[in-house]
Amino acid sequence: MAKITFITQSGESIAAEAKDGSLMELAKNNNVSGIEGECGGVCSCTTCHVHIEANYYSKTGAPGDIEADMLELDDHVSEYSRLGCQVQITAELDGMMVHVANE
Amino acid sequence: MKNLELPDAFESARENKGYGHVDDQGDSVTMLLRLKDVRKTAKDWKTFQSGARPGRIVVPSEVSIRETRQIPFEVDPPQHTAYRALVEGWFKRPETEEDYKERVSEIINELVEEAVSLKEIEVVEDFALKLQSRALTLLLNIPYEESETWISWGTHVFRSDDSPVDGDKANILYEYIDAAIDKAIEHPGSDLYSVLLSAEIEGRKLTKEEVKGVMILTFAGGRDTVINAVTNTIAYFAAHPSSLDRLRKEPEITTQAVEELVRYFSPLTHMGRVVTEDTEVCTHAAKADSRVSLCWASANRDAATFENPNEVMLDRKVNPHVAFGFGIHKCLGATHARLILRTLLGILAEKVSSIEVLDFKENVEDWQEFKRKVGYDNLKVKFNKL
Repeated sequence: MAKITFITQSGESIAAEAKDGSLMELAKNNNVSGIEGECGGVCSCTTCHVHIEANYYSKTGAPGDIEADMLELDDHVSEYSRLGCQVQITAELDGMMVHVANE
Repeated sequence: MKNLELPDAFESARENKGYGHVDDQGDSVTMLLRLKDVRKTAKDWKTFQSGARPGRIVVPSEVSIRETRQIPFEVDPPQHTAYRALVEGWFKRPETEEDYKERVSEIINELVEEAVSLKEIEVVEDFALKLQSRALTLLLNIPYEESETWISWGTHVFRSDDSPVDGDKANILYEYIDAAIDKAIEHPGSDLYSVLLSAEIEGRKLTKEEVKGVMILTFAGGRDTVINAVTNTIAYFAAHPSSLDRLRKEPEITTQAVEELVRYFSPLTHMGRVVTEDTEVCTHAAKADSRVSLCWASANRDAATFENPNEVMLDRKVNPHVAFGFGIHKCLGATHARLILRTLLGILAEKVSSIEVLDFKENVEDWQEFKRKVGYDNLKVKFNKL
């Protein structure tokens, strides 16, 4: 089980727990604003853009090529940007904080 | 069955040079064919604008038949941002209103029940058009019966067999919308017309012309596209009965399957932009005031990103397609369209064992150097009950 805290653009903090699935699914299940997941998680819509907490970035890993192409053109990109649909939740991510990139 | 496939019309031009040309009523268009170029250009709304003369970013151009600006589609930021914010919530209702999903299910259930009871059915007119029209009453939040009028218009609001742009047909829609707006002014309700009429932007009410612009977009943007997507879905399952079986056993892949089918179908071939300053696209000079188009259909078969691009892999996991467009102008109706397709796949898997194709006529778009099959003018099939 991993406990993950989402911080939205308006500063709201939402703590959520899951043992598997993607960050996008977890955010959607907990109505985190700024995470739409329109395409259902196939890396097509970029509506699940998040910034991973720096010291967890080595655990989530960097985006793959296709994901990086999508992020390159998105607003509010940082060196810790990921698409939530491409980050699988594991116990390793327990305690992680994630900033939602868009409103 | 080979002839039920949708071939990639752009492969060699995309790989060899990355663009193509189409002459459109004397106002030529450079078609961008590679996924990365399409995405980059879609994103750069300053250099590649949508807020040109109304109708000019559409290919074939509608400048000769339309003066009303479609909103937010033919507007650039900052006005675009305000318009889009105004309508975004309404177009998310398919996801946010529980009742909406149930009603889409009812509409599709009834059509599929009818289809399996018949010896044969013509899918375009008697299934896809009805489905699209009836579902549109939900998106507009108006009485179901209104769909009968739209069904009576036939499959093409703008295009006829004789000419790519048919002013008379377009006028049917524009006059209908004018009348509907006047009706909503007299008797305001909770429909999209009334909601727009009472909406405010930058501290003022929307004008009738602006309301008309949103309504034209809603009608025109979601008609041929949804009809093609639904018809092509039926053709796909006819050619691949094992896919119906798979969805029955693995309903959890439905979301991925819809994205993959939409990628493969690419119901809208391309959409234009007008160049605002001399620039380059795909190492090709693009002059100010010329037109380019973002060819979604070609980009969605780009082997630089998609493995086996001409194959439908229902559970394709990473699928960065642009079938709903890309950037600030991405399809406003996508939530509605996705719900329709997800529901359709679920109900077909539940009720239909196989589909036999009896007869069909392909709908092939003529973009001069490219002939692209986008779907069917008619498709006669028999649905076999499960």
